Amino acid sequence: MPAYSGSFSPRLDEIVSLLDREIRSPLNLMEICGTHTVAILRFGFRSYFKGRIDFLSGPGCPVCVTAPEDIDRILALAERGVTIVTFGDLLKVPGSGSSLAAKRAEGCAVHVVYNPLEALEIAARTKSETAFIGIGFETTAPLVAALVEEIVTRRISNLSIYPLLKTIPTAMEHLLSRMEHRLDGLICPGHVSAIIGEKPYGFIPARFNLPCVIAGFEREDIAAGLLALLRQIKAGESRVENRYGRVVKREGNPRARELIYRYFRPEAARWRGLGEIPASGLTLRPEYEDYHILRRVPVPVLPGREPAGCLCGRIICGLNSPGDCPHFGRDCTPAHPLGPCMVSSEGSCQAYYLYGRE
Amino acid sequence: MCLGVPFRIVRIEGTKARGVAFGLEKEIDLRLLEEAMVGDYVLVHAGFAIQKIDPEEAEENARLFREFLSEAR
Repeated sequence: MPAYSGSFSPRLDEIVSLLDREIRSPLNLMEICGTHTVAILRFGFRSYFKGRIDFLSGPGCPVCVTAPEDIDRILALAERGVTIVTFGDLLKVPGSGSSLAAKRAEGCAVHVVYNPLEALEIAARTKSETAFIGIGFETTAPLVAALVEEIVTRRISNLSIYPLLKTIPTAMEHLLSRMEHRLDGLICPGHVSAIIGEKPYGFIPARFNLPCVIAGFEREDIAAGLLALLRQIKAGESRVENRYGRVVKREGNPRARELIYRYFRPEAARWRGLGEIPASGLTLRPEYEDYHILRRVPVPVLPGREPAGCLCGRIICGLNSPGDCPHFGRDCTPAHPLGPCMVSSEGSCQAYYLYGRE
Repeated sequence: MCLGVPFRIVRIEGTKARGVAFGLEKEIDLRLLEEAMVGDYVLVHAGFAIQKIDPEEAEENARLFREFLSEAR
């Protein structure tokens, strides 16, 4: 039996050997998904490959990429007496000044749910105007569509949604066409891919000549994803490779996509850090527009403000690392966050704060 | 936010199922995965099964983990 040599998997041994002998490093790799950012830091990949692989975070944390002006509008709805139903991730995310958690402390009605369908019971209880905040990517969009389906079929009059859903490939294309850094490869999100499948990433090798690998979230999944990327880089190849086959099927989940597009259509969306990207959001189709909370309780869009000096907008785009921010770990910590990347449990700043400080 | 937890389905009633993970039983909405059957492992996101988990691939990961444990011994 071989003696324990300090590495923790045969895949890691091969990655190290490729980096030592066959590939010019340091490499710049981008992980899109926030859960990947956390896994890469938590399992020690970043420190293990320091100086040889630079991991850049992408725009894959839904609450982090929500524009401050959209948060402001949710807060304005809460102030006008609308009962807000939301996933917990959004609670502490700052708009231009305040947050939903602060509004709740001031007496506004804000309910946190695990499953979007819980909004049905809350609306039945409150009997007043209630709005579910639909934030998320393709993973979450079918669940919000299921809620719309229930509202429509049960003819519930006091429940509507605020659709702030976003689609990942559109944002990746926008980001890659404006990338300031050299990139050598991409780790594509696992659970977004469970819905959309492999095909929507085809533009990454075709247009940008970059290798990309769909990976899972366990330590061995990350090792397998990295190894697949490095093998492509070594061979000078670029293609979409799926190393999370136990969950991600080539065609994704067509039934979930059918449900999304039965109720939603693509529309331009504002992303923190990236600005407005055409067709990167999902809004209600014209026949279901009455279920949009802003049709019932209009609130104006006012220009949003980022917290002063906060680098979240650049960190989301992989242009800066959390350590570059003057606030990081000083006046911005998980207990007292200034920007969304420190608030969210999958924001880059919180992940670096918890697992990545040296 | 796109967190997914693998559950094993123990009972199905219409478009709802009961699933078990880490000794915890929960209700799972099956409308996005109607072909799911009792005994299947499914990935659950915010109360909805979004995809079946291929047991052979899951086994491959378990094998690699056992390999690592025996190497580390």
